[in-house]
Amino acid sequence: MLSMMEEHHPKKNGNKRTGNSGLKAQQELVRIEAQITRLQSMQGQSGDTPQQIERLNQRVNDLRREVASQLNAWERTELARHPQRPYTLDYVERIFTDWSEIHGDRGFRDDPAIVCGMARFHGEEVIIVGQQKARDAKQRIYRNFGMPHPEGYRKALRVMKIAEKFKRPIFTFVDTDGAYPGLHAEERGQGEAIARNLLEMARLEVPIVTTVIGVGGSGGALAIAVADRVLMMENAVYSVISPEGCASIMWRDPTKKDLAAEAMKITAKDLSALGCIDGIVPEPPGGAHTDHAQAAELLNTALQQNLAAIKHLPAPELLETRYRKFRDMAQFFEVEA
Amino acid sequence: MTWFKRQSGHLDTSGEKKVRTEGLWVKCEGCRQIIWKKDLEDNLNVCPQCAKHFRIDARARLAQLLDDDLYEVFDSNLVSTDPLKFVDLKAYSSRLQAAKKDTGLKDAIINAHGKLNGRPIIISAMAYSFIGGSMGAVVGEAITRAIEKAIELRRPIVIVSASGGARMMEGVISLMQLAKISAALARLDAAKIPYISVLTDPTTGGVTASFAMLGDLNIAEPGALIGFAGPRVIEQTIRQKLPVGFQRSEFLLEHGMLDAVVPRKELKPYIARALDFMVQAA
Repeated sequence: MLSMMEEHHPKKNGNKRTGNSGLKAQQELVRIEAQITRLQSMQGQSGDTPQQIERLNQRVNDLRREVASQLNAWERTELARHPQRPYTLDYVERIFTDWSEIHGDRGFRDDPAIVCGMARFHGEEVIIVGQQKARDAKQRIYRNFGMPHPEGYRKALRVMKIAEKFKRPIFTFVDTDGAYPGLHAEERGQGEAIARNLLEMARLEVPIVTTVIGVGGSGGALAIAVADRVLMMENAVYSVISPEGCASIMWRDPTKKDLAAEAMKITAKDLSALGCIDGIVPEPPGGAHTDHAQAAELLNTALQQNLAAIKHLPAPELLETRYRKFRDMAQFFEVEA
Repeated sequence: MTWFKRQSGHLDTSGEKKVRTEGLWVKCEGCRQIIWKKDLEDNLNVCPQCAKHFRIDARARLAQLLDDDLYEVFDSNLVSTDPLKFVDLKAYSSRLQAAKKDTGLKDAIINAHGKLNGRPIIISAMAYSFIGGSMGAVVGEAITRAIEKAIELRRPIVIVSASGGARMMEGVISLMQLAKISAALARLDAAKIPYISVLTDPTTGGVTASFAMLGDLNIAEPGALIGFAGPRVIEQTIRQKLPVGFQRSEFLLEHGMLDAVVPRKELKPYIARALDFMVQAA
């Protein structure tokens, strides 16, 4: 607890496990899906095969919905970290057109853990900023597991200022276990880079819509999430420290991560109830990883609605509303005589 | 004569680092000398031998920085509502009770009006002794109010950080305090009111990643641990030993992250000098 840390050991914990996810129902689903494939390949065996397939498909969807509604905080964390879950560029590809990436912080280097660029959203020019994870080993290292260095945050700010200059709305996509806790990151001022973004985002004179699409890891997430609208995908999590980090500090035992996840209130529903986010974006039954196209479609709709609601506000009103939102957020104190 | 000295040189190698003799004597963690406590206090809690800066509490800080030890505390009656009903090995509510009893404070912060070399200023001083100076809803609100007060009265503000970062037991609520305080600082900046951030041992996590790094000047006491991630986490992540002096004030100064490292007894004159520069004559 004494140092609020972006504690994370990608190789030691969660990430490794998500590959063979601990969700039992998930395995049952896989079994039924295999059954469907088998039935489909056994053509002409019997007249009622199509009905059987139909029934099984139905069961799959029901099962997925049921599973999704009962997930606890730790299971949602596993879903949020699922390696097949769509990442920022998966959404960019499906929701936006004419993507043109902008690289580098003009100071040190280009940080591939954050992608920035211009794109069109239903024909409208916008700026996109998002943390980017990857699936295969080589790419993961290239993207540094989606954990940005200070230059990543400085790039993000530089690009958001371009949006402000040319009066284009900004979409940010949060998906990071945290800002990278490394030696060089500290040398180059990880804390300062995040802090600067928080201050500057609070006064950017263009509409900002943020979506936590996977993992919202503490300050490293917030550094691109001071927005007029902050949304969370149904199975995303957003927390001040990873459940493993919290468990190893507060319980002195990293295996108590499920208890920590529950106690910290990190799911979309929790954050919504605490008034820390503005909306929840539904996912396909079973989670976004089961159907990227449908997940993108659902997100697309949410982005359209949320941008439409704020894009005509004059800048002073926009800034005042944004300020009030964060000013009045999370006021859990009372005045004692 | 010589054998006396050698013996005492070996005396202190065993046991915990933090062992302190009760009462009149204090052992310096820097040079391992035994110091008479009154000598230490007369020297602003800086070791007379090796100049190690001991941690001091928020009240001592206000006394050192404000004229004649005169100040008026405000917004001191805010208390956390334990919104998550957080329980780990111990309930957060009982941790709060214990901290309140130990420190006589209601949370890890004191806001005060006072004068620094005759100039009215506002100081927000963090109390490390209160749950590691961690920042939850109360600390976030108190600092935000201090900033808003500074804007309202057009008075310079000094925030003295001493904190492990965000308070885990308030989860994402403590994270949101970073955004809230930083947004208030954006307004302070727009109003062109001076803000001097004083970083003391330790300043880490969410505090470093928000207001501590956002001063017009960011200055630190010598030898303070300052960083975003804690050294243990970094060691676990990169799997190697960290260099000596890593994340200390002097290291940050060298890497361009601080404007100055200022010894405790020069802190007040330094701030006064800076405010002379920043505040226009009315």
